[in-house]
Amino acid sequence: MELLNIFIKSIFIENMIFAYFLGMCSYLAVSKTVKTSFGLGIAVVFVLGITVPVNYLLNKYVLSEGALDWISKDLATVDLGFLSFIVFIAVIASMVQLVEMIVEKFAPALYTQLGIFLPLIAVNCAILGGSLFMQERGYQTLSEATVFGFGSGIGWLLAIVGIAAIREKLRYSNVPAPLRGLGITFIVTGLMGIAFMSFMGIQL
Amino acid sequence: MSEAKEPLFSAKNLKLITSPLGIQNPITIQVLGICSALAVTAKLEPAIVMGISVTFVVIFSNLIISLLRNTIPSRIRIIVQLVVVAALVIIVDQILKAFAYEVSKQLSVFVGLIITNCILMGRLEAFALGNKPWPSVLDGVGNGAGYALILIIVAFFREVFGSGTISLPGFESIHIFPQAFYDLGYMNNGFMILPPMALITVGIIIWVQRSRNKSLIEH
Repeated sequence: MELLNIFIKSIFIENMIFAYFLGMCSYLAVSKTVKTSFGLGIAVVFVLGITVPVNYLLNKYVLSEGALDWISKDLATVDLGFLSFIVFIAVIASMVQLVEMIVEKFAPALYTQLGIFLPLIAVNCAILGGSLFMQERGYQTLSEATVFGFGSGIGWLLAIVGIAAIREKLRYSNVPAPLRGLGITFIVTGLMGIAFMSFMGIQL
Repeated sequence: MSEAKEPLFSAKNLKLITSPLGIQNPITIQVLGICSALAVTAKLEPAIVMGISVTFVVIFSNLIISLLRNTIPSRIRIIVQLVVVAALVIIVDQILKAFAYEVSKQLSVFVGLIITNCILMGRLEAFALGNKPWPSVLDGVGNGAGYALILIIVAFFREVFGSGTISLPGFESIHIFPQAFYDLGYMNNGFMILPPMALITVGIIIWVQRSRNKSLIEH
């Protein structure tokens, strides 16, 4: 039940884009057509689902205070927390590289679809944000962290596919000239965010 | 300084600082660094601190990468940039935790997210890798200031209409509407503090900027 709760919460209530504005750069840049934005969304789900649990393990067994207890008692007081940014970003960059190679080897069809997006993802704020939120909120188990990772990824996917579909239709609308492109995308995203706020307070 | 040398603040160099404030603004025109820009703008105080932190990181990462630009192999440049930026962000984070703990709690993960702030990677890729250290520093100053400017504008409107206060770092927050207003039925618009209004406020800033400067309109 707790897992389902985290899952629903990370998709709808604490949505990466509408509640925290993470990954906005690629969200604005790649949301011109539904097809490409779906590809990018899947890649984000993929990478978030892998990096959050990996960083969870690193945080639990290496970085947080007293985490090195399992090596020897002498290290029990060491707090490497200040290194977490650099470790997380290194894990993300290398994981993205690894995922890219694995996908290329075992699923060439998927690779041709995701190929161009995977390198972009290393510097997507949503990915690093996922790991940092995981650290800050202190999820208790590996499965909670994994579910949170996938949930946030799916929330991001929903948001980018939604805005891409709206932008495809918007092309035929008569938008005031200074608002065209970037401006109207911001305002539409705001309106979508208001719609998503109706999920607030849902508790399973 | 000899006359043959370009002066430290020549017209070209000054332009590096001024253009990101207006027609080359990182947020409204280049669309960089939106990610963290919006989340910290519910109040002025965290927005100002965030603006200063990002400016600091942009200036120094631009300087360092520009000094190293001829020695970085282009295949691994992304990793090098990330390491330089991450190290600078760790410094900022530790300083904030030591001297401004309350604000650093409010900013929470968004200090860490400066690492993946697109302004940094964008400016490093587009400017610092191809220019000398001094222009790179100026470019950092300009872009940092342009980013901070939008943050402060958005935060100002959101805080004034959302909470009815103005809070500056180091001072107590000031109530700007007298009690008589509230007695007459004026209410703070709590909606302004919620996330979606940040997006709409930026949308309106873009609208205003582009209708004043027609050349920026997209087609």
